[in-house]
Amino acid sequence: MKVIYLDNNATTKVAPEVVEAMLPYLSEYYGNPSSMHSFGGDVAAEIKQARENVAYLIGAESPDEIIFTSCGTESDGTAIRAAIESNPDKKHIMASRVEHPAIKNLYETLSKKGFRVTFVPVDHEGRLDLDYFYQHLSDETAIVSLMWANNETGVIFPVEELSREVKDRGIVFHTDAVQAAGKFPIDIKTTGVDMLSLSGHKFHAPKGIGVLYIRKGTKFSPYMIGGHQEHGRRGGTENVASIIALGKAAEMAKKHLNENGYERVGKLRDRLEATLIEQIPQSMVNGDREHRLLNTTSVAFEYVEGEAILLMMNEHGICASSGSACTSGSLEPSHVLRAMGVPFTAAHGSIRFSLSRYTTAEEIDVVIEKMPPIIKRLRGMSPFWKEAVELKAQN
Amino acid sequence: MWEYTDKVKDHFLNPRNVGIIEDADGVGEVGSIACGDALTFYFKLDEQGKIKDATFQTFGCASAIASSSALTEMVKGLTLEEAKKITNEDIAEYLGGLPKEKMHCSVMGRDALEKAITCHLGEPEKEIEGEIVCECFGVTDVEIDRVVRENHLSTIEDVTDYVKAGGGCGNCHDRIQEIIDSILGTDHPAKKKVPALTNLKKIKLIEESIEREINPSLKKDSGRLELVDVDGNRVLVRMGGNCASCAKSPITLKHYVESKLRELVSPDLIVEEVQ
Repeated sequence: MKVIYLDNNATTKVAPEVVEAMLPYLSEYYGNPSSMHSFGGDVAAEIKQARENVAYLIGAESPDEIIFTSCGTESDGTAIRAAIESNPDKKHIMASRVEHPAIKNLYETLSKKGFRVTFVPVDHEGRLDLDYFYQHLSDETAIVSLMWANNETGVIFPVEELSREVKDRGIVFHTDAVQAAGKFPIDIKTTGVDMLSLSGHKFHAPKGIGVLYIRKGTKFSPYMIGGHQEHGRRGGTENVASIIALGKAAEMAKKHLNENGYERVGKLRDRLEATLIEQIPQSMVNGDREHRLLNTTSVAFEYVEGEAILLMMNEHGICASSGSACTSGSLEPSHVLRAMGVPFTAAHGSIRFSLSRYTTAEEIDVVIEKMPPIIKRLRGMSPFWKEAVELKAQN
Repeated sequence: MWEYTDKVKDHFLNPRNVGIIEDADGVGEVGSIACGDALTFYFKLDEQGKIKDATFQTFGCASAIASSSALTEMVKGLTLEEAKKITNEDIAEYLGGLPKEKMHCSVMGRDALEKAITCHLGEPEKEIEGEIVCECFGVTDVEIDRVVRENHLSTIEDVTDYVKAGGGCGNCHDRIQEIIDSILGTDHPAKKKVPALTNLKKIKLIEESIEREINPSLKKDSGRLELVDVDGNRVLVRMGGNCASCAKSPITLKHYVESKLRELVSPDLIVEEVQ
């Protein structure tokens, strides 16, 4: 069965060009970039190029502002710890209520260690409560961390504007740009962002490679202490092949953005979303449709449960994710949807479709064909559906 | 992705007996949309008082649908007395097992069956018994007590897997632990008094422990231990190989051999070296 992969916010296909670029560094060019001989030195030159590509993708002032890490989570954790270590007198940290667990759970751990934590709420469309945000910034704040784009809904926070305000108050600003990087143009040097995290496997590089951008002049202390790699900011021998892969993926993502490639992806997403909502009664989009990633849609199908939907989609080879409790092993639906106040009737049945530049119109056609009967079938089993329809008819 | 058995997948993708029985002899509703799963179970009796037909409607994940479907198949042809005896374990077993985190789906099936039988017998629907412990999922101490006893649960996590209690805000964890402790303290098999070993069993166990655990470890230092005799709780051993001449062997004997045997055989053993 052909796989239709609409789960690109979870991970992406490694681009064939990326595989091709990295393979020689898994076989013949195995030198250590720190070595004195040219067999290793040649590898260092390639790493330099990869660093430049990443800097170019996010609009960094200099490639020296880029350090390679193992993943987005490491980048997030390094940034937060560096900020609080560099500001030992400040015991307040801020983020939003809809952050990725890499930030959310770290903050919760820090809260147990005596930090005062503010999670800024969002409205029903997933937009940050700006009044609340500004009210809670204080002289005590060591760091503000806000995700640039949300993994579940695709909603984009106004990071450019907020980061400048925060920086003006002398507070460190970090953004988790794992879902944003490569999906819309970023010009980090014109913002107030001090540190930014990204992850290779979200834009067609392999898993196991991430980046932390550290603006020149930002106080920093390494999380992984060791050798002089990454100018002493992250010890450990470089993951050479994956760094080369990331460099290639960054180059391709930039090219795709320059050619407005995401407009096509956005059109496919819009057609998928509009058709599903039109054909399936009592379905709706979660989140702000205006400020949103072009590849993401979170659709709530009321009165059915997400895991059941996903497994029926799986029978047709269609891959997506859900905000439902049952898929995660926890018992409550996604913290993102709950923070938005999405009612339980809808939160349990929310499905996230996330496209990529490899998604085709034919694939979208198949999904559009298969989804309505799946939802209809599950609703036919649901004890709530008949009542819901009657209730709707009355109103 | 959950590891579901083929039987779970089959009952999810091809659920048996979906629907409503209009003139049902018993109906049981459990769960709610807020909790993420809900089941309504119907049955109809024949003239002999056996279940002739059973159907369900379920809102929930694959294992909730499969558990409901399995339940309707299991009860057909049974008298109500027989059906009453079906436990959540029986439902899980019928499906070839459920992932631990999904056991609450089988408990939901059992609860719906019980409610439907109560409904048929014309007994007033039971008032909620006990006090609510888990506010998030509305689970009472009586329900937790029952599921812990019936399924021999020993941790908060287990309780969450079986009845969801404790799976939300976590504020009730202390109370759940109290309930578990009170049960473990009384009749939990793991805490039951270990029956005293017969002499023969004790000696065998000591021999096995020396051969399988202790000697392979001593062998690394070219030492070995030989069992000479067992007298009550006194274990008489002789040290061989490098151990015989090693100055540290008394320490090894007390710190390693004795504690190992106490752990593996019986906590009141005393190890003594004989020449």
